[in-house]
Amino acid sequence: MMNRWQFLKRLTPLLALMVLVLSACGRADLSALNPQGPVAQEQFGLMKLAFSIMIGVVVIVFALCLFVIVRFRRRKGDKSIPKQVEGSHKLEIIWTVIPIILLIILGVPTVQSVFNLSKDYSNDPDAVKVIVTSHQYWWEFEYPELGIKTAQELVIPKGKIITIEAKTADVLHSFWVPSLAGKIDTNPGGSTNKMFFSAPKEGVYLGKCAELCGPSHGLMDFKVKSVDDASFDRWAAALQEPVAMPSDPVVAAAFESKCLVCHAVGDKGGPLYPNLTGIGSRDSVGGILINTDDPKYSNEASTYENLHRWIENPDDIKPGNLMGKIDLTQQELDGIAKYLSELTLDYEK
Amino acid sequence: MDWLTTVDHKKIGILYLIAGGFFFLVGGLEALLIRIQLWKPLNDFVSADTYNELITMHGTTMIFLAAMPMLFALMNAVVPLQIGARDVAFPFVNALGFWTFFFGAVLLNVSWFTSTGAPAAGWTAYAPLSGPAFSTGHGMDYYVLGLQIAGIGTLIGGINFLVTIINMRAPGMTFMRMPMFTWASFITSALILFAFPALAVGLAALMFDRIFDANFFDPNNGGNAVLWEHIFWIFGHPEVYILILPAFGVISEVISTFSRKRLFGYSSMVFATILIGFLGFMVWAHHMFTTGLGPVANALFSIATMLIAVPTGIKIFNWIFTMWGGSIKFTSANLYAVGFIPTFVMGGVTGVMLAAAPADFQYHDTYFVVAHFHYVIVGGLILGIFSGLHYWWPKMFGRILNETLGKWTFWIFYIGFHLTFFIQHFLGLLGMPRRIWTYLDGLGFNEMNLISTIGAIMMGIGTIMFILNVVITNAKPQNAADDPWEDGRTLEWTIPSPPPEYNFKQTPLVRGYDAYWKEKMDGHKGMTPAEPIGSIHMPSPSILPFTMSLGLFITGFGLMYSRDWTFITEHIGFYVAGLGLLITFGSMFLRSVYDDHGFHIEPEELEDKGVKA
Ligand code: HEM
Ligand SMILES: [Cu+2]
Repeated sequence: MMNRWQFLKRLTPLLALMVLVLSACGRADLSALNPQGPVAQEQFGLMKLAFSIMIGVVVIVFALCLFVIVRFRRRKGDKSIPKQVEGSHKLEIIWTVIPIILLIILGVPTVQSVFNLSKDYSNDPDAVKVIVTSHQYWWEFEYPELGIKTAQELVIPKGKIITIEAKTADVLHSFWVPSLAGKIDTNPGGSTNKMFFSAPKEGVYLGKCAELCGPSHGLMDFKVKSVDDASFDRWAAALQEPVAMPSDPVVAAAFESKCLVCHAVGDKGGPLYPNLTGIGSRDSVGGILINTDDPKYSNEASTYENLHRWIENPDDIKPGNLMGKIDLTQQELDGIAKYLSELTLDYEK
Repeated sequence: MDWLTTVDHKKIGILYLIAGGFFFLVGGLEALLIRIQLWKPLNDFVSADTYNELITMHGTTMIFLAAMPMLFALMNAVVPLQIGARDVAFPFVNALGFWTFFFGAVLLNVSWFTSTGAPAAGWTAYAPLSGPAFSTGHGMDYYVLGLQIAGIGTLIGGINFLVTIINMRAPGMTFMRMPMFTWASFITSALILFAFPALAVGLAALMFDRIFDANFFDPNNGGNAVLWEHIFWIFGHPEVYILILPAFGVISEVISTFSRKRLFGYSSMVFATILIGFLGFMVWAHHMFTTGLGPVANALFSIATMLIAVPTGIKIFNWIFTMWGGSIKFTSANLYAVGFIPTFVMGGVTGVMLAAAPADFQYHDTYFVVAHFHYVIVGGLILGIFSGLHYWWPKMFGRILNETLGKWTFWIFYIGFHLTFFIQHFLGLLGMPRRIWTYLDGLGFNEMNLISTIGAIMMGIGTIMFILNVVITNAKPQNAADDPWEDGRTLEWTIPSPPPEYNFKQTPLVRGYDAYWKEKMDGHKGMTPAEPIGSIHMPSPSILPFTMSLGLFITGFGLMYSRDWTFITEHIGFYVAGLGLLITFGSMFLRSVYDDHGFHIEPEELEDKGVKA
């Protein structure tokens, strides 16, 4: 009686926690336990299966353990010598066979799923192709069929299959959007990795780099934004429009000479570093300074303030990033931040 | 001086313990700094660069400089005694193994004090981040050379144990009568023999990339970065089993002794150990599911990995059934051993979960993995080491560790451990990648990280309590009995604590499994000797292992700075490296030409209790 009670007492909080977490905890836009697309859904299914089997195993082993240590503890002064059992073939076969059965139950769907998720949609005319190139510490998204490039925010039409070709410009990184799909590494050298996913619901999903890539590895976030088809088309079109330079000539000059050597807006500038076209409508600056008019946390502020903070000292926000501190006067800084914060693409409905 | 020249396996065991224990503290301090940095979002307690140095050095230190040496400490202290041997097969090589480990470890840690800092590419050192283009400065050079030198020590240590166990068993000690810890040490040594050369090759290639502009891993010049991943994990996965198998051995001994029962299913335990060792080599690519090896490779490695659960399960149930029907005494040693079982099971089941490749696309490189491997290496290996230390402490030092303090230490460490790592499973599933310097506010990570940090502090307190226990115990008289736990089953408990220099006055005759227990049950006081008392041949002490390793240490420095010191004169670095090699090879030469016959301990001296180690 005693041991059963102890056993329950120890297990209840554990099980409660499991149930709590498994019943879709975590942020819907970030958690692998709260899948928002079929790929993540399938992975979550496998996770649930494995979880259930393993909880079963853990419970049985814990119960046995507890029973044994309670029942067979040595009483004071006990000098008796227990029977020296050699083993038991029957028992040993049981605990060889049962795990094998459990592994078959888990192994078969695993193999199925491995092949399922490695399907190649890159020749599917309905799929949207994206070439993802990772850089220390930002992401470039190229849509080869549409002839457009953007950075930090992957805009996709909802429900469509997106096929990813993952590459890197420098070291290993890993492309990961937990609530939509597991990760795939971006390998240096010629080899590109492929993967696909889709997001049936509109929304913004958080993506992360999952492979140590330098000091700012942990800050290498990006967003996946799923929008309806019409918005997507408007967005793709707007991205190709020419963009006006800042109206203030001083600011314009500074912007052109100091920013456009690396960055591009519209048809101007260089392709080296993140394309800034439409940066005013992105959800974040640098992937981590969240743009909002109602900031709650120190990593949130208005688009203007975030841009201002970033341009003033990028190294402060993402240590070791390759932008470095740019020499700007206060007026140029304010002006460029304002200009960029207003550089929006009006494409959603 | 005595300690610099010793070739006695018991003393070398103690050296390993002191050095390994020291680096365990260093690695623990690094862990605490990591956890302090992560206790709240957007913290900047340490800089991003320092953080990456901390995780790299923490991982590298814990695995290579703390866990391995502490295992070698136990193996050195116990294996020859368990098989009834007077020493290891190659005492000189044994000392050399220790000193190369030690100088390699020191070299690695010197990097903290240099202007370019410690290595920062993770303990896995994935190329090209670890290559010359992205890890400028000398951090990674320290990693490459420090580990290379320390690795030599491990490799020769492993070979030494293989030969010792094959050749030096007492009469009657057949393979199927060997104690489980010896078996585990044997398989571990075999794994070392096959795995460490892979590491050596990888490190050498990386060294060529870094110091001589080779391009093994540089894709821009025809190299292949994924190749490093393969080489690293072909070494790295067996390494995990190298670490855990001896812990399995310890648990088998401790549980059986304190249950007063024979190990349940001994032969299936042996078989399971061999099988785990074998499968350990077949599954390296499960660290690379997201590398893009393709579905066939992923499926095969998934299944192969899951298979390891079978022999591991056999072990777990055999331990439980060893206790079943026994008379279990909860000493500190046994608390650690019993606490090991559920903890390791949890590490094991998350291992099977990770083996399901599509699910691993979600788990990989997140805190789920951090939780998993700490359940295995802290919850498995470190608990195993603590268990073994409490168990064999009287044999090693002649003093029993304080039991009350020992139990308190266990509970604080154990609770702290689960607090730290259990919650990290969920952090990972909720989207927290590993190796991140900081995390944003509002992602839902805050509370769990705080709890994890509190747990880590408890583990730190536990560790300090253990040190305290050692210090207190050390102040007490050396009065442990030969068989202090009274239920000793194996040969080490038949001789004095600590054993004399020559271990066994007369080599014992082994008449069955659990040799000592068998004699006790047959009503005998001790072992039947297999030989008359005679003169015992002992190897002489030597400073050469120390100087050989010192030479390698100097070579390491020379190579690393070969480019920086050109202001003194061109190539000075290579001269320094050459000087180091000269010292090493010079010592080897001396060793070869100088005929050292060792010395003998005569029967008269054996009577005199004074010759203690
Ligand atoms: C004092 C208890 C310990 C604590 C609190 C601790 C904590 C941590 C933390 C927070 C990380 C970084 C995870 C990340 O950011 O990805 C880490 C990494 C690691 N730990 Fe521990 N750890 C402890 C003990 C150990 C031990 C005993 C070992 C091995 C014997 C170990 C092996 C590792 C390894 C291999 C890594 C990965 C390093 C890397 O990513 O390069 N840890 N640990
Ligand atoms: Cu990255």
